[in-house]
Order: sequence, then C-alpha cells, then structure tokens
Amino acid sequence: MEIRPEVVRGAVASVDARRRWTRGSRKQERLPGEARRIAYLYIAPAFILYAAFNLVPLVQGVNISFYNWDGITPGTWAGLSNYTDFFTDPLIREGYVHVLQLMLFYAFLPIVLGLFLAALLSRIRIRGLTAFRLVLFLPLVITDVATAVAWTWVYDVDGPLSTFLRAVGLGRLVPAQGWLGSFNTALPAVGVFGLWGAFGFCLILFLAGVMKIPASLYEAARVDGANAIHEFFAVTLPGLRYELQVVLVLSLIDTLGTFDEIYVMTSGGPGTATSVPAYLVWRRMFQTSQVGSAAALGITLMLIIFAVTYVANRLMDRWGDE
Amino acid sequence: MNYVLLTICAIVAIYPLVGVFLASLYPTGPGSSPSGFALPPTFEWHNYVTAWEQGKFASSFQTSFIVAAAMVPASVLLSVVAGYAFATMRFRGSQLIFWLFILGLIIPTEATIVPLYYDVRAMGLLDTYWALIILETSGEVAFGIFWMRAAFMAAPKSLLEAARIDGANSWQTLWRVMVPFARPAILTLTVLCFADSWNEFFLALVFTINHMTAPAGLASFSGRYTQDVALVSAGAVIVAIPILIVFIFFQREFLRGILTGAVKG
Repeated sequence: MEIRPEVVRGAVASVDARRRWTRGSRKQERLPGEARRIAYLYIAPAFILYAAFNLVPLVQGVNISFYNWDGITPGTWAGLSNYTDFFTDPLIREGYVHVLQLMLFYAFLPIVLGLFLAALLSRIRIRGLTAFRLVLFLPLVITDVATAVAWTWVYDVDGPLSTFLRAVGLGRLVPAQGWLGSFNTALPAVGVFGLWGAFGFCLILFLAGVMKIPASLYEAARVDGANAIHEFFAVTLPGLRYELQVVLVLSLIDTLGTFDEIYVMTSGGPGTATSVPAYLVWRRMFQTSQVGSAAALGITLMLIIFAVTYVANRLMDRWGDE
Repeated sequence: MNYVLLTICAIVAIYPLVGVFLASLYPTGPGSSPSGFALPPTFEWHNYVTAWEQGKFASSFQTSFIVAAAMVPASVLLSVVAGYAFATMRFRGSQLIFWLFILGLIIPTEATIVPLYYDVRAMGLLDTYWALIILETSGEVAFGIFWMRAAFMAAPKSLLEAARIDGANSWQTLWRVMVPFARPAILTLTVLCFADSWNEFFLALVFTINHMTAPAGLASFSGRYTQDVALVSAGAVIVAIPILIVFIFFQREFLRGILTGAVKG
C-alpha cells in the first residue's frame, strides 16, 4: 500500500550508498577513523544475526527454487523451469501487469501531483506548515492494515464513496459488488488507496526540498521575466532532483512489493483481478503447495527490484549530470 | 488559495480516518450502514469493548508489545555498536560488509520467506514471540547501522581525540562520548524501530497462528466480521491508537527519520 518507512529508508540508502561508492571508487575516498581489528567484534553480533536470517535464506531460496516441491514429500529437480514460468505462466505475467498498472497510482500520480502542488506553494511562505505536515503524514504512519480496513469500508457498496455518488445522482456508476468486488474497479480502487498513502509523503518531501532552493534563484528567474511554468522547469524541478530520485526509486520498489493491502482488501480478487507477485509468493507457499515456484517468484521479484532500482538511479543520475 | 489547496489535501488525507472513527460508533448489526458523512445516531462506545473482546485484541496487543519490547532495544543496541565501528574504524572488508547490510534494505521479504519458514520451523519457533523478535531485529539492523553510521560520522574529530587523550579505550569512548553525542539520532531510531515492529504484518501472518500481532489480529478479525462495519472499524481504530500516540509524542523524530535521510542530499 502506502510507502512503508523502512522502504523509504531503504531507497534513500540505496541512492546514498551508490553515490558514495561511485564517488569513493573514483577518488579513493579516505575511510574514516583508525585501523582497528577490534571492529570485527563490534560488527559481529549484528552481522551474524543479519546474515543468518537474510543472506543464508537467500541462498537456500535459490536452491529451493530449482525444485518442484510441495513442502512435504521429497522434491524433484526442476532446473530452471520455475524461472521460465515467468514467461509462460499467465498468472505470473498477470501479476506483473497489475503491478505495472499500480505504479501509475503508487509512483507516477503522487509524484506529479506532489510536484504540481509543491510548485504552486513554492512562491509563498506557508504558516502552519507543521500542522499540515502532521496530517499529511498520518496515512504513512498508521498501520497499513488499519488504513486498508478503513478503505475497504470506503469502497463498500453502501460505503461513503457509493453514498456520495448516489447523492449527486451518479448512483448508476456504483458496481453491484462494491468497488473492490468488481473486476473493472478493484485494481484502480487499490491504486487510489496507494495514491492516498503516498501523496502526502511526496508533497511533504517536495515542499521541504523547495524550501532549500535559494530564493535568489527564483528572483533571478523573475528578473529574466520567467512565468510560473518557466520557473518550474528552470528552478523548481532541477532543485528537487534528489528528492525526485528518492521518491521515484522508493515508490517503484514499494509497488513491486505490494502485499498487505491486497491481502486485506481483496485477497487478490475478484478472481485474480488484483493478484500481484508478492501475493502469489504467499499463495503458492501456503495455499497451493507450490513451494519451489514460490521461492523462484521471490527471487525473481528481488532481481526485478534490483534492476528497477539500478535503472531508476542511473536515469536520474544521468539527468542530473546534464 | 494556497491554504485552500493544502486544506483540501489535508481533508483527503484525514477523511477516511475520521470516517472510520465515526463508523466505529454506529449501532452494530444489520440495518445500520454508516454513510460516512453524518454523525452516528447514538454514540455506541460499547463497540470498542465488544471489538476488543471479539477480536481477541488483548492477546494480540500482548504479543505486539512483547515483541516490540525485545526487538526495539536489541535492534538499537546492535545498530549503535556496529554503526560505531563502521563510522570510526578502518578495517579490511568494511566496504563489502557495509554494502551487504545496505543490500538488506532492498531485499524484499518475499525473497527469503520460503526458506525462512522451514528454518524457523526446524528451530521449533513457529508461532512464538521469538520468531518475530529475531526476524524483525535481523531486518531492522540493516537500516539501523546505516542510520547510526551516518550519525556517528557527523561527530567532530576533536571529540574522539579528546577521549583518546583521556585514555579511554574504544568501548568507553562509544558509551561516554559518542552515545551522548548521538542521542537524538538514537531516539529517532528507537521510535522508527517501534513503528516498524508495531506495523509489521507479513512476518506475523506467516509465522504466527495463536500469537498474532495487532495488525494480523485485525486482518483476521475483519475477515471474520465483514458484515459488521462498526465493529471492524472499532478494531481498526484500536490497532491504530498506539502508533498514533507515539506519532503525536515523537512527531519530530518521525519527520526527521523519514525525511532527513532523503533531504540531506
């Protein structure tokens, strides 16, 4: 659903680490501090725990993914077939198509709307911004299972959205099964929920970024006779480059891992209309006993997340270098 | 004009939350469907008692608090100690090890969940507090180390040198000099760890049956009571309240934690 804080931070870190690495490798950046072997003692507890429950399972997961296994009887060697399913299994392809559609709501729209509003608000100082920030942050902070439950009710056939549409004479638009129960509206409905969760974060981040842009740049643009649109493309957008990169990377990662709201709001349904890769992993693992396939799906999802993170970072870096 | 826009955004952000709160106070049972735009005819505060009992929230809150009470100090302690080494010491392999931790920030849980399930089962930890404590901590240190390393690197060199001149060894320097210096960052990390632990759903869903956490308990409750909007809404409010309280008290830490990493550019 909404951007989970740890994903936000993960994306920030990946962007940040990449920068430090590329910079470091070029200039042989000096490492901080003094040489000490005792460092291993400080790092060992965290690393052992981290490796045992993150890195080791990753290797085990790759191993499992090469088998056809139901989780109980001995598995049979499957080679790469669990991976080639990616290209042939319509359920998997459908899951990724859904994720691509969700990206419109989870990434594209919050960024565009956030930029638009931040640009409008950039020309003046806002009083009471702290209070607005608090409210805009609520969708991000509150347990997403709770907000998903709230939105399930919003989308109910007798819920607020339907009631509102009926009140303004658009009752014929309301699907008989409710917004989450109808094949045409379920996925966009989940998407709007994601938009709701991500939008406030984008706006707050962009507003914080806009405030760091020196006022002199805006004054210079105005002296040159720039109108609001010129000003946006010449000053605001370049000034928000780093924020844009962070939001883009993290919202793409977040969309690919969408699970909680699907589980709570639709269970992937109706039919498979809102099934996504993360949900398929869970389903194949615990409901249909396709454990090897579930493992392969998880590894594939990770590789796709790595690739998307890399490409998005590269694109944004290149844009910044122009 | 600007305020109008911001106010509209704020209303959109808060409407479903206020709406669900109002819905939670409607009379339960068939025939009452909260529209979301009007105050309930009567304020049924008793819904909260009913939801608390029917949803077994006493048990799921207990799990959530126990897990958080163990996971938060463990995560913070491990992160502080390791982050300190990454920030102040030079050693072979430090870049590689740090990079492996960073990797943990983008590895989705879905990639490891299948083998993790069998590992945890083999250890006899299915449906225990320990499973959640260990797994949440092992995931959280990736961010914690990243965070504490940055915080410790911001410490002026003179602080470390003064400690060394006083004859403090590295362990004493950490606790007497660096931890007091990084107190705000540590507080922020503590708050974020709690939020992550409280909000964790996927791990709880996979690893617990009788010892559900609050979000998992809510998901199961809402699945069983789909027809009773008021009760399910009350359940959602109940689960949101602890994190809401923490957010209100530590709003500055939340904002700093989620925004500064991004904004420092």
